[in-house]
Amino acid sequence: MKLYCKDLWRYRYLLQNLISRDFKLKYRRSVLGVAWSVLNPLMMCLVMWAVFSSIFNTRGDGIENFAVFLLIGQLLFNFFRESTTMAMESVLKNAPLLRKVYIPKYIFPLEKCCFGLVNCLFSFVALVLVMIFTGTGVEWTFILFVYPIITLFFFSLGVGLILATTYVFFRDVMHMWEVFCTALMYGSAIFYDPAQMGIWMQRIIRLNPLYWYITAFRSCVLWGQGLSPTMLAVCGGWALVMLAAGLWIFKKSQDRFVLYM
Amino acid sequence: MPAMIEVDGVSMRFNLSKERHESFKEYFLALARGRLQFDEFYALKNVSLTVQPGDFYGLVGLNGSGKSTLLKVISGVYKPSAGKVTVRGAIAPLIELGAGFDMDLTARENIYLNGTVLGFTPKYIDSKFDEIVEFSELKDFLDVPLKNYSSGMVARIAFAIATITKPDILIADEILSVGDFLFQKKCEERMQHLLSGGTTVILVSHSIEQIERMCNKVAWLDHGVIRMDGPVEEVCAAYKEFNKE
Repeated sequence: MKLYCKDLWRYRYLLQNLISRDFKLKYRRSVLGVAWSVLNPLMMCLVMWAVFSSIFNTRGDGIENFAVFLLIGQLLFNFFRESTTMAMESVLKNAPLLRKVYIPKYIFPLEKCCFGLVNCLFSFVALVLVMIFTGTGVEWTFILFVYPIITLFFFSLGVGLILATTYVFFRDVMHMWEVFCTALMYGSAIFYDPAQMGIWMQRIIRLNPLYWYITAFRSCVLWGQGLSPTMLAVCGGWALVMLAAGLWIFKKSQDRFVLYM
Repeated sequence: MPAMIEVDGVSMRFNLSKERHESFKEYFLALARGRLQFDEFYALKNVSLTVQPGDFYGLVGLNGSGKSTLLKVISGVYKPSAGKVTVRGAIAPLIELGAGFDMDLTARENIYLNGTVLGFTPKYIDSKFDEIVEFSELKDFLDVPLKNYSSGMVARIAFAIATITKPDILIADEILSVGDFLFQKKCEERMQHLLSGGTTVILVSHSIEQIERMCNKVAWLDHGVIRMDGPVEEVCAAYKEFNKE
């Protein structure tokens, strides 16, 4: 473990360089460039808001400040989906490099999750804009948003490590993950309030960790209620368990990666 | 003085599955039929060698004899199936140039990316930047994406980055065959310079003349086994004799 940390410290600049590479390449040759980081979620939110407040006007009704409610769910879920999907492909995509030079392999899933986090933080500008536009009041509790974000980061990293490992051996994982993510999205209470559902549905939704991260975030930023002990425990617990499982599985199989790439 | 590199009874086994199982369905079908079998293939069989500090060590052998595999085991890319490798010092690997380059980035950005892949700090690369550019002679193309470069130009940059520092060990795998003869000469001079500064070099080349000219010790690999190793004259003479037949 100590060795791991030393390794990570030695390669911190590589991590930094890889993130800036991804960022540059993402916006190279686009006219608006980095502005898309903000514009994209803003426009997505507009579409979702229009759809759920006019066409499917069944769930959005009882929810106060639906635009912000929706955007928070959307941003956090996107962060999770993007970083895990990118992390899954990262090891295999960098096969040419890993076959030739020694670099700690976990650096690639880690880099993708960091990149996802950076993107997510940029998109919070959109959230702030929407909050100002809708005149949402902010309590001091908003500072606590850091907790669900950080725990969600480690949770995603854990999931990403597991996906990256399995993806090296079985390419099916990519398709399965896509489908699973869609299912997970509908179960994450992004555009509805589970309180409007039946008791069984609520129980199922409470098993979904994403629901907890999103709800904890809303509680801090939107409702001004801070974090309940349950939220603290569930968010932190899921993150710890996933990270430990991810590290363990990745470490166990990483020496065989190079033979399957 | 302790040896720089000790390779002790290293074997490297690959599973060449007859059919590759890259999806669950194929895998479980094969498993259910009891057909999950692999052809075992030994790229290296019980290889031992010792490289002393200051050696210019050459590796010769035909294609597929295990030279590159041995280099990858030494540089830590492969973990050997059996045996042990001990390396004392920092390795600068030049195994197939252009590893760690992103073809969409410019040369300038790639120098920083590749430098950090090799474990340098950005500050250090800053201080050596002009030297790298000068050595590679590509000043006018610094802000051109690498995909528009020729392979020789990529090789120049890669060699320049890998040798800016004084590595303890430089591993060079047929890199010199890419550049033109002027650049090859420049690289040879650079390696000699590093050698005189105390760097140990391992060189793989198909040019036996180059090996004879530069190395002091040679190992001859044949189908994953060391056939002979020792001073350059003896081994090269035997190798040439053998391949004449």
